[in-house]
Amino acid sequence: MNVTIVDYNSGNISSVINSFNEVAKGKINIEVTSDLKKIKSSDKVVLPGQGSFKSCVDALNNIGGLVDTLNEVALNNKKPFFGICVGLQMFADIGYEETQTKGLGWISGKVSKIDNKNGKYRLPHIGWNQINIVKESKIFKGIDNKSHMYFVHSYEFIPDEKNVISATIDYSSNIVCSIEKENIFGTQFHPEKSDKIGLKIINNFINL
Amino acid sequence: MLKNRIIPCLDVKNGRVVKGINFIDLKDAGDPVEQAQIYSDGGADEICFLDITASNENRETIYDVVERTSKKCFVPLTVGGGVRNIEDINRLLNCGADKVSINTAAVQNSKVVLESSKKFGSQCIVVAIDAKLNGDKWEVFTHGGRNSTGIDALNFAKKMEDSGAGELLVTSMDRDGTQVGYDINLMSKISSKVNIPLIASGGVGNLDHLVDGIKLGNASAVLAASIFHYGKYSVKEAKQYLDSKGIPVRI
Repeated sequence: MNVTIVDYNSGNISSVINSFNEVAKGKINIEVTSDLKKIKSSDKVVLPGQGSFKSCVDALNNIGGLVDTLNEVALNNKKPFFGICVGLQMFADIGYEETQTKGLGWISGKVSKIDNKNGKYRLPHIGWNQINIVKESKIFKGIDNKSHMYFVHSYEFIPDEKNVISATIDYSSNIVCSIEKENIFGTQFHPEKSDKIGLKIINNFINL
Repeated sequence: MLKNRIIPCLDVKNGRVVKGINFIDLKDAGDPVEQAQIYSDGGADEICFLDITASNENRETIYDVVERTSKKCFVPLTVGGGVRNIEDINRLLNCGADKVSINTAAVQNSKVVLESSKKFGSQCIVVAIDAKLNGDKWEVFTHGGRNSTGIDALNFAKKMEDSGAGELLVTSMDRDGTQVGYDINLMSKISSKVNIPLIASGGVGNLDHLVDGIKLGNASAVLAASIFHYGKYSVKEAKQYLDSKGIPVRI
């Protein structure tokens, strides 16, 4: 079994690598690469993402053939695919951070700035928030409703089809924080920084 | 609901904890990795390392500490102290820090904040403001509180928000080490001036001070060193106390 973390110069992915290695404990091979062949031959793929929507999309596009490869792996080959934070956001059609930017378009919807209700709520939304699990998701196996997860973001993914939503959080509004659509999974929170419960989600994913 | 955070801070010098948890059963009381793990197992919402290494040749030690800690600790790790430029930030992040706090460099050149938040994202850029009351205003100090700047802390806080800082770590120099409580006026003035989260620091002596920092100072997170280091309270006790006072915490 092979899990690939896509390394596309999207900023800091050390914590993602460390957490997957901790969970894999050497039993599952964790590969960190932008090599298209390796990504294609991988059993599962993880797409992290830090910084802005635009900078992450630009970074993906800067590696020739990477977007096509990801499309093939996720849409044609239907391999389990996990997007974290901006990695999840990029599944959308479009994002509005910095400037209007096209996403991967795997899950129709948009990524917009969280409404701070005229300054009543601070942004970024940083810290631990409790997730409301709204539908069963394979990555939530053994995870209690209202579990705490670690967040840091100012933008939210608003999918068009609500049936992809697996969890939400309450902040200035009800914000989508996890999705599952067939083989595609994504969390707005950082499982790699969400203590033991976050590692459990990673474990659920690599054991799918 | 978003929870208020409790952040224990460890002072690290030449790769060793200098003010640490005073537990007799520690295998190595000076090992930052072991101490960070104890805090994280005890429910710390984040861990903060403040590198107080003075000499340049020993500054390399913090990278090794961060690298080893990030392989064992799965809550956010903030590292500050002596961060001078984009390269320092990049290296700390690559070693596994989740956020980097910038103090003197942010005062000397706000472009560091602007450029680093653009390059790495605001989520990992914390600006640490050391402020001291001077007449009826707070003045920003640099170099670990040694140098005055004449800069107004409130205006500086706003400028840092505009430059892309994701959070502010505000320390009252008047209160630091006194254990008489946070400078609530300073915290509430800055937190109402900006719309990014504020981490209160400096002066905690008991658990009521943490409550005040959040309720009166409007801090999103409270940072403390001594009360945890010397075993006066555990992080867990602090959280239970905050919870009993109606403050939302992760328990």
